[in-house]
Amino acid sequence: MDKLLINRKTLSVAVGAVLLLVLPVVAGMIDEPYLVSLFSRILIYALAAVSLDLMLGFGGMVSLGHAAFFGIGAYVVCILSFHAFEGTALLSWPVPIDGHQNAMVVWPAAVLLSAAAAAVIGALSLRTSGMHFIMITLAFSQMLYYFFVSLEAYGGDDGISLISRNTMPGIDLGDDRQFYYLCLTALAVYLFFAWRLVHARFGMVIRGCKENEQRMKSLGFPTFRYRLVCFVIAGAGAGLAGALIANQTEYVSPGLMHWTRSGEILVMVLLGGMGTLFGPVLGAVTLLLVEELLSIYTEHWMVYLGPFLILVVLFAKRGIYGLMAGGNGNHG
Amino acid sequence: MLLLIEQLLNGLQLGIMLFLMSAGLTLVFGIMQVINLAHGSFYMIGAYVGATVTLRTGSFLLGILAALPAAALAGMLVETLVLRRLYKKDHLDQVLATFGLIMFFNELTRIIWGRQPLFMDVPSWLAGSIELIPGIPYPSYRIAVIAVGILVGVLLYLLFTRTRIGMQIRAGASNREMAGALGVNIRLLYTLVFGLGTLLAGLAGVMAGPILAVEAGMGESILILTFVVIVIGGIGSIRGALVGALLVGLVDTLGRVFLPVLLRLFLSPAYADGAAASLASMSVYMLMAVVLVFRPKGLLPAHG
Repeated sequence: MDKLLINRKTLSVAVGAVLLLVLPVVAGMIDEPYLVSLFSRILIYALAAVSLDLMLGFGGMVSLGHAAFFGIGAYVVCILSFHAFEGTALLSWPVPIDGHQNAMVVWPAAVLLSAAAAAVIGALSLRTSGMHFIMITLAFSQMLYYFFVSLEAYGGDDGISLISRNTMPGIDLGDDRQFYYLCLTALAVYLFFAWRLVHARFGMVIRGCKENEQRMKSLGFPTFRYRLVCFVIAGAGAGLAGALIANQTEYVSPGLMHWTRSGEILVMVLLGGMGTLFGPVLGAVTLLLVEELLSIYTEHWMVYLGPFLILVVLFAKRGIYGLMAGGNGNHG
Repeated sequence: MLLLIEQLLNGLQLGIMLFLMSAGLTLVFGIMQVINLAHGSFYMIGAYVGATVTLRTGSFLLGILAALPAAALAGMLVETLVLRRLYKKDHLDQVLATFGLIMFFNELTRIIWGRQPLFMDVPSWLAGSIELIPGIPYPSYRIAVIAVGILVGVLLYLLFTRTRIGMQIRAGASNREMAGALGVNIRLLYTLVFGLGTLLAGLAGVMAGPILAVEAGMGESILILTFVVIVIGGIGSIRGALVGALLVGLVDTLGRVFLPVLLRLFLSPAYADGAAASLASMSVYMLMAVVLVFRPKGLLPAHG
């Protein structure tokens, strides 16, 4: 039985991967280019959801402020690009920093800055646990939200447009298909990285902390440091997703880091299946597709999604991925 | 000096609103151990029902009288249908389910009342201003809000210390099983406590009606501040909620007014205003971070 489950799991992941790989080709054949940009967005949210699941599902850290790192990544891209087009320096002191359009510079910067923010926020938040942890992560993300709302130089409440997508040698990010495959690659790389991490010693310790932190401490593990590193890795993943979403929508506003966005990412994780790596991907695909479909029929789709969410919490805790014990990896 | 006293009163009034919101919510957090993100929805329900009745009948008092039971009943219904099932689940489930409730209520108000915000006027008998302190006129409506808040605070204090049901609530908070074994109907008690909390949220909502625009999603902006209040005060502690609410109300209001003035002393005006705006909106969250770092359990923790 156990072996069968594993087979179904690998099968479903393989089917899902193949479907995602051929999607732009199919979209081209049925003449629905919109699908490509829709699924680019889905893949980016999937990346953010996987990063959250790393700390939530494996580390047991319930953060309601994950969108903050998502937003930071996006703002780094837009602000650097803004200065590149204006020809002005972002900072002249203490170190001169110019605007930049090159993705090879901008994206690592976005990831690093998100990771740094995660390190600070994590170091403070992880002093608490349970209810307090949820609320302090929420408060920090709202703090950053209001910071960007009042940042008039970069659009304040209205946000800031990306004049053109970043440049990357050999790849035309302006082309929707190439951009789609780049998002898919980014997701795959992060998934692979997360998978190695979860199955390494590090992952064992993190999961141990989730089950019983006191015991892990008694075994001599510096649990605070392990959890902090996990928090930072998750923040970095969200930052990468943020850099991608800025390029995808060519626009960023403080709304990207509002706490309801963190809630949405959390919903994706739960819907797909917490504590699994492919579950959040499935959750992102499902939630965004359901949103897209429902909004065709009614503008009030949230009135259905809300109760549905409650039912999922009450009766289907394992998520779609868990319920189907692999399922068929269907994408629509 | 004039400005300072006026702003102090404004801060006090915001603090009172926050106290009404957080008094009920801190009980739900502390006694039932449930994270309820949907508390702002009851604030919104109170505001909408109050505004609708006031606009139809022209009487603000009738508006309040309709809003309170509406919020309390909605709260007890939600407790019976959804929250009761979440008491034994982990925090994550509670966050997600109540997040679903927020979605539902926000969209429901959009369906019923539309996307346009409702505006209601301050009732005519409270429209003027009073000189509480000679030389400083202050709107009577805001004075009334402060008075109602103080009254509620006193009533809550009496309820918890002087009545049988207050005693039972405290007993249920400190040891649920034991209180149940001694014959207290815990289930009913929880429903009542929840209803009391949402009633207070509805009161805050209907009183905010003439000050703010009544619109879908209005509950979320005050909800986050309420969380900050509860964490600063200590989860489950009503005294903490009072102290936290006044602190947050004052820091928020005074920060917005005086930070620009302060920063202009040593920065160029254009730069100072921008920086002050950021700092002011972030100030309460920084306050919360500082409190959590030095007093992780809040300023006035409920137990010990």
